[in-house]
Amino acid sequence: MEETKKTGGVTRREALGTSAKGLAGAMFVAGFGKELDVAGWLFGKDAVSKPAYDPTKHMYTFLFDISKCIGCGSCVRACERENNVPPHHFRTWIERYRVFGEDRVLVDSPNGGHDGFEPDPSGEVARKAFFVPKICNHCEFTPCVQLCPVGASYRTPDGVVLVDVKRCIGCGYCVQACPYGSRFLNPDGHVASKCTMCYHRITKGMRPTCVEMCPTGARRWGDLKKPGDPVAEILATRETHVLKPELLTKPHCFYLGMYKEVR
Amino acid sequence: MEGSGVGFSYPNDLHIAWGVMIVLYPYVTGLVAGSFVVGSLYHVFGRQELKPISRLSLVASLGFLIFAPVPLLFHLGQPMRCFNIMITPNFSSAMAAFGVIYAVYFIIVLLEIWLVFRKDIVMNARQNRGILRWFYASLALWTYDVSDESRKLDHKIVVVLAAIGIPAACVLHGYVGFMFGSVKANPYWSTPLMPVIFLTSAITSGIAMMVVLYQILMKFGGRTIEPDCVQSLCKWLWLFAILAVTLELLEIVCIAYERSEEWVVIGTLLSGKLAFSFIGIQLVFGSLIPIILLGIVVLMRPYLTNPLRNTIGFVAALFLLVQVLAMRWNVVIGGQLFSKSLMGFREAYQPGLFEKEGLGVALLIFLASFVFMAIFNRFLPMYEKKENGNGTGDGAKTGFTERREAAKSEEARG
Repeated sequence: MEETKKTGGVTRREALGTSAKGLAGAMFVAGFGKELDVAGWLFGKDAVSKPAYDPTKHMYTFLFDISKCIGCGSCVRACERENNVPPHHFRTWIERYRVFGEDRVLVDSPNGGHDGFEPDPSGEVARKAFFVPKICNHCEFTPCVQLCPVGASYRTPDGVVLVDVKRCIGCGYCVQACPYGSRFLNPDGHVASKCTMCYHRITKGMRPTCVEMCPTGARRWGDLKKPGDPVAEILATRETHVLKPELLTKPHCFYLGMYKEVR
Repeated sequence: MEGSGVGFSYPNDLHIAWGVMIVLYPYVTGLVAGSFVVGSLYHVFGRQELKPISRLSLVASLGFLIFAPVPLLFHLGQPMRCFNIMITPNFSSAMAAFGVIYAVYFIIVLLEIWLVFRKDIVMNARQNRGILRWFYASLALWTYDVSDESRKLDHKIVVVLAAIGIPAACVLHGYVGFMFGSVKANPYWSTPLMPVIFLTSAITSGIAMMVVLYQILMKFGGRTIEPDCVQSLCKWLWLFAILAVTLELLEIVCIAYERSEEWVVIGTLLSGKLAFSFIGIQLVFGSLIPIILLGIVVLMRPYLTNPLRNTIGFVAALFLLVQVLAMRWNVVIGGQLFSKSLMGFREAYQPGLFEKEGLGVALLIFLASFVFMAIFNRFLPMYEKKENGNGTGDGAKTGFTERREAAKSEEARG
């Protein structure tokens, strides 16, 4: 009897015993995997040493101080390097506003301010002049997420509007829908592309590259859910503005010292 | 792709995201909806004078419908992922409705055509041998019952389908208009009038296409053009052309009269970069002239000979086909020529001839619908063969007399 139940030299009792041990092991790993950090063991040391990132505990926002921007273009160049932005497309850019006489407004943004700005060859002196850094506003009620036909555009719980490049079909509807001109169809990959707030950096505790590289502190970035965050403090106590507030997109990109000429 | 423009544009706005293919897509869907609505005037509302185009309109609708999504595929950056719209739709997106609306409408048109042509299919199945017989039998779903009772039932279903089809056609094209009308970032598109404008111009283009196609088919088939049919089409065409043009102007007049911020850029656009295609083609050549011509056809009927009225109607319809295309161009391309900064313009958009989204491909896609219609006509003729035709070709010997008699008895039944 015993002989006939042998399968390949292993008795049924042995086979059952082995699988029971295996099952117990699997249950142990599944149950205590989090404590043992199996993921960290499998995928690398970072996950072991750092606690997992919880997006629900943050709400990021940009704050731009127009009076501090000097139009050097460091941010545009840094963004291009960090995110492989194709030439003549911009995840962030700088606009120069010059107001002459009564109400003549001249605006320019040569190559998005990538190479800085040349002085006006005419030598005419502007009544007022200022630089305005622009970026995706990471709006709370953003039309781009609303009308993406396949749900490739989405807003993360920590307030960042992102594109799933593996899901995007490249229809360009979001490019049309963005009131701020923050999106473009990437010639490499033929999908929609935009500012990601350097999500690969901020989820590791770093600041977005453009903020990091800004020499004057015109670009600031903060976490509204962090107690005592300086940006949250400014937003709570000082006068700030958003772009195109009449569209009710609720931008998460605020401006200090905004001028009425800014579009 | 580096571009420059006048005034100040947001740097990303210097690129055109939607080109010729997105001009062609609403144009072709408009023809789908329009030709279906004309057919329904006969099938549902019993306009007997439109009987000569009752079949043509359905087949044309199907032909355009099959090729309507093709420009979209050429446009998409990732066409292989196109089914994501149907598999994982984002229900807050107007564009995601495409899958459902297109599928429903496709089924309606296909069913209606099958029921209308069922008798022909069965006869062909009976009279042919070999592979052709198998082909027609499979088209007939191996159901050969064409008794009077079954035909009556067919007819009833056709009426119901056409009745459902009218709102479906309106939804199919209305939603295309809605896709533009609901973009709040673009003041030139963002108006609730947009779906209505698209719909009326779609019906205009559909009727115009029927006037043109019907006359060409009759002329080259050596058949007589029914003046009553053309007259009736012209009357409807006149009505819808006036409606469409009125609404198109109403939108512009409203923006102009409100003198809000966007008029600075839209007014400059319409009288500048779009002057030729908007004022020249859309308003004067495409609207004013054909509306006058159709007015002559409709109002001066007793004073004009039939061939003259047919010819005037033909010319007016051709102009209107161009008008609707120009309108699509002015909306789609015109809406992208200014930056969302409302302070500057792109350089004029000039599509290439041989690129992926170029004019050549657009023309081929457009012509493909007609090729489909010709192939359809080869297997299931939309019109009876000419009675005294010399060498009537191959189709004639297969059940020509039977079909003619059947048609006669059908006519006798009303």
